[in-house]
Amino acid sequence: MPFAQFFGNLFSGFFVHIGQVAGLAGETLASIFAGRIRWKLVLHQVAEIGYRSQLVVIVTGAFTGAVFTAQAYFQFASLNMETAVGPVVTISLFRELGPVLTGLMVAGRVGAAMSAEIGTMKVTQQIDALRALAVNPVDYLVVPRALAMFISMPLLVVECTACGALAAYYVAVQILNIDAVYYLANLQKFTDIYDIMMSLIKGFVFGIIIVFISCREGLRAQDGAVGVGRATTESVVICSLCILIANFFLTMFLNILFPAGQS
Amino acid sequence: MPAEPLIAVRNLVQTIRGQEILRGFSLDIFKGETLVLLGKSGGGKSVFLRHLIGLMRPVSGSIMFEGQDLARLSERGLEPVRRKIGMLFQDGALFDSMNVMDNVAFPLRERGERDDKIIREKVAEALALVNMGGHDEKMPVNLSGGMRKRVALARAIISPPQVILYDEPTAGLDPIVADSINKLIRRLQKQLSVTSIVVTHDMVSCKHIADRVALLNEGKRHFYGTLSDLEGTEDKVIRDFVDGRSEEEED
Repeated sequence: MPFAQFFGNLFSGFFVHIGQVAGLAGETLASIFAGRIRWKLVLHQVAEIGYRSQLVVIVTGAFTGAVFTAQAYFQFASLNMETAVGPVVTISLFRELGPVLTGLMVAGRVGAAMSAEIGTMKVTQQIDALRALAVNPVDYLVVPRALAMFISMPLLVVECTACGALAAYYVAVQILNIDAVYYLANLQKFTDIYDIMMSLIKGFVFGIIIVFISCREGLRAQDGAVGVGRATTESVVICSLCILIANFFLTMFLNILFPAGQS
Repeated sequence: MPAEPLIAVRNLVQTIRGQEILRGFSLDIFKGETLVLLGKSGGGKSVFLRHLIGLMRPVSGSIMFEGQDLARLSERGLEPVRRKIGMLFQDGALFDSMNVMDNVAFPLRERGERDDKIIREKVAEALALVNMGGHDEKMPVNLSGGMRKRVALARAIISPPQVILYDEPTAGLDPIVADSINKLIRRLQKQLSVTSIVVTHDMVSCKHIADRVALLNEGKRHFYGTLSDLEGTEDKVIRDFVDGRSEEEED
């Protein structure tokens, strides 16, 4: 029964993968709570993950906000609802597009780099050298990256969303001639603090997904350069899919906690 | 020779991807000696060496070191043991994101040394011991194979260990550099009084550094004795290895 065997292997592989990622996350959290934190490495990783990802998320946020505004305007104009463009675009950016696009961009830029760097260290015995020198690889490699990701990712999401909202305002008011007063009044009326909270929570969760999947792929790399390439590709693909899937469940769950337009 | 071995390996069994690499391998290593482990390429010598520092776990068997079975210790439990055992990897395994200075200083910094002056002094001392003084700022990618091994050795000895494990220290090196590494191993043993375990298939190196020799063949200990015992034996497997003869017929 090759068909049943294929799906059996697929499911068992999936659960083994989940178990390994959860195990790594557990080990990392245990190290953090035990205080095995190298702050110098954390700062270095904040610069790598947060500071150096800014251009990517700013451009992504700004142009997504701009193009979404234009599309929304073209649809809403036929219904004479141009001023609704502001809240629709901004809420979408805060609740969905900002966190998801930032997550996908960071997975591509940072997740891939993490897997490649750790994977290269693995296949060139540098991780064995760490262990031989009585340094735990999780403490040295994963803890700083995880902490840096927990700090950076929500900030990057806010940056992406803010740039998107500003670009949306510029396109709506300066290019499409929507009245600025109505635009801002509607924006204030329909958006609230819950939208920002949802954005931050999603960003944090996506950060967790990216860092542990990427580090797990790197730590399990084998078979030389080919293995590092495979780990890097798998890291980006798995992170992206997990972000998209997790986003659906997070949206359903967080809408119960923070219902849209209810404040 | 002391009665109690420093490291006692008993009935070590290891299987990798279904292939039995070690099949009940046993060995005693005594304090202060240099033991050379010979064997064919791919015969499990490096695999054995990795067990001695807990980088691999055996399927069964024990590795007793200072009253502890390394095969039973957790990853965290192995850390105090690893501070007493240094390892030279086959390709050096230097951290390629750090220069020579930071590579050699790494164990000191990880063990809590913060005084930059002391770190610099100790690094200079360790690099001088391996004849690598003046290369502090170079990155590993700019070093030759022999230089990488020397720097890796400096890193392994900067916090003087009780035991040093050498994985093919002369592999891929020209005879002159190989000879300098052999002399270095001897000098370190004399100066630091360390116990050395050297995995190699280089007979020249073996003759230069060995106090005792073991031969690993088909996952088991085939020979264990002094260098003169090894050279005097008529055993075919040992003779083929020592004389560098293959079983294939000549054309």
